Amino acid sequence: MANPAFPRPDMPGPQPVAATKVTPNAVQRTPLLRSSGGERADRVFKSAITACGLAVLAVLCLIVYELVRGSGLSWHAFGFKFFAASDWDPVNEQFGALPFVYGTLVSSLVALVIAVPLSVGVAVFTTEMCPKSLRGPLSFFVELLAAIPSVIYGLWAIFVLVPLLSGYVEPFLAKTLGWTGLFSGTPFGIGMLAAGIILAIMIIPIISSITREVLMVVPQHQREGVLALGATRWEMIRVGVLRNARAGIVGGIILGLGRALGETMAVTMVIGNRPEIAKSLFAPGYTMASVLANEFSEATGDVYLSALVEIGLALFLVTIIVNALAQLLVWTVTRGQPARGNA
Amino acid sequence: MPEIETTSAKTTIPPISLRRRVTDHVMTGAAVLTVALVLAPLVAIFGYLVYRGVGSINWAFLTQTPKPVGEVGGGMANAIAGSVLILGIASIVGVPFGVGAGIYLAEFGRNRFGSAIRFTADVLNGVPSIVIGIVAWGILVRGRGFSALAGGLALAIMMVPTITRTTEEMLLLVPQALREAAYGLGVPRWRTTLSIVLRTATSGVITGIMLAFARVAGETAPLLFTTLGNTFWNFHPNQPTAALPLQIYVYANSAYEDWHRQAWAGSFVLIVLIVTSVAAVRYVVRRGSFGTA
Repeated sequence: MANPAFPRPDMPGPQPVAATKVTPNAVQRTPLLRSSGGERADRVFKSAITACGLAVLAVLCLIVYELVRGSGLSWHAFGFKFFAASDWDPVNEQFGALPFVYGTLVSSLVALVIAVPLSVGVAVFTTEMCPKSLRGPLSFFVELLAAIPSVIYGLWAIFVLVPLLSGYVEPFLAKTLGWTGLFSGTPFGIGMLAAGIILAIMIIPIISSITREVLMVVPQHQREGVLALGATRWEMIRVGVLRNARAGIVGGIILGLGRALGETMAVTMVIGNRPEIAKSLFAPGYTMASVLANEFSEATGDVYLSALVEIGLALFLVTIIVNALAQLLVWTVTRGQPARGNA
Repeated sequence: MPEIETTSAKTTIPPISLRRRVTDHVMTGAAVLTVALVLAPLVAIFGYLVYRGVGSINWAFLTQTPKPVGEVGGGMANAIAGSVLILGIASIVGVPFGVGAGIYLAEFGRNRFGSAIRFTADVLNGVPSIVIGIVAWGILVRGRGFSALAGGLALAIMMVPTITRTTEEMLLLVPQALREAAYGLGVPRWRTTLSIVLRTATSGVITGIMLAFARVAGETAPLLFTTLGNTFWNFHPNQPTAALPLQIYVYANSAYEDWHRQAWAGSFVLIVLIVTSVAAVRYVVRRGSFGTA
């Protein structure tokens, strides 16, 4: 083979470039786009875009300001006692939010007790057990639950779930678990239990989709390692997958809790709307969100209105804290994973 | 020094005990059961909705306004129109702000201010809709009267965080090389962002917008104290307006059989609206360049 470093004599070597082509005049560049004014347009664009970003901040500030301003009167009148007193008496202007706080917490707790095992089970099934072809449709159907408006859940609950509860489920629960005191009294159907169940159905898509996301981030070699040690599939899921994804699953659960705490319409339609604290889950209750939905537009008197806005403020603060906590947990799992994988 | 026990090369793998095998099967069964239990209410809700909805819907429902209390007949035509008006206002306000904020986060947001906006958007996303309703009432309705505009703005506030975060995510998927190529050609930054980056990510951004739309389309709580509802036609943004979810809520809580029927019909119309937009989203996503989005 000929050495390319030494061209054969019959091939033309590098030719001298014609002197005319190297004149400095020819280096004149023509811009493809007129850049005059471009800088100003850029500045205008950037400020417009920044204004949009600022608007997001401004809206949150506005929400906080409006809630704090609106609840001032009630805060001065009742102080911290507002959340410890349980009398809600608009006629005598005595307001205590305890029954609503209680109702919100209990209905959300019931929802979590039902929704957590179901959503984790669905997530485990879709990521670890089911054939690949089923994965897409299954997660689509579960997420379809999230697309149903709250008011339609409420409508369904009134006409299907509540009769079902009062006719079959609650008498059965009263007979078998009545001794706990949680399932006693008249089975109206409408009440804490119905609210908890409908909330559970509503938060399942949230918890299960986040759990699924978190499970998918667990590295494949974790599964393979545990399987190689002779584990059965369930042991692999328990030791290799669920244990690694704990923090993220808890994050998803808390995110679901955040949704349950603030959910309004469906709960209002089935919880019975009575400001009472009862041990039995069959008894009607009231939540912070539903008292707002029912009484806000009819509130007469400044203190009454202010008390309602204070409930709104409390709801706002609680959901912010809950959501921030959840974001943090989900974030540590999904973001922290690559770093751990490299180590 | 203690003697180290060395295992012979001939190790036997112990057989998986019966208990472990049974546990494995039981847990698999339990997982299948949870799927069944989750899908059951979905099937029940959709099934019942279609069954009652299709049976209840008729021409009068789609063309007439509500009849006075107790009279049979009438429809929700004004509520459907009102919903379109309110959602139109929400989209006109919410989409530009949401996309704009998303562009800011993706293109200029790698700093502390950007993180603050990102966090704020996530917080806003979790604010209960009823609280947004109260705030909208305090700012837009008090002293001014109920209006479609107030309801539309409340819904716009709810749309913005979703749109912002998905827009940011989608723009960050656009390869940096595309931006650099545009800058290299001397294209100004605004032009690059709008006609190259945003253009490339269009299908993903639209997905975000549609998701936000589907989310607020069924919202009732923020409308309770803002648009109030109306039994007559209204197309004026400064007047109380009927909305489909509101009307469903009122009718569902009523004591009249015919109103219950109309609530189901209204729910059916609403869900068709929402599912159509979700299906459209999936269609757009599948056709677009961001199939994984």
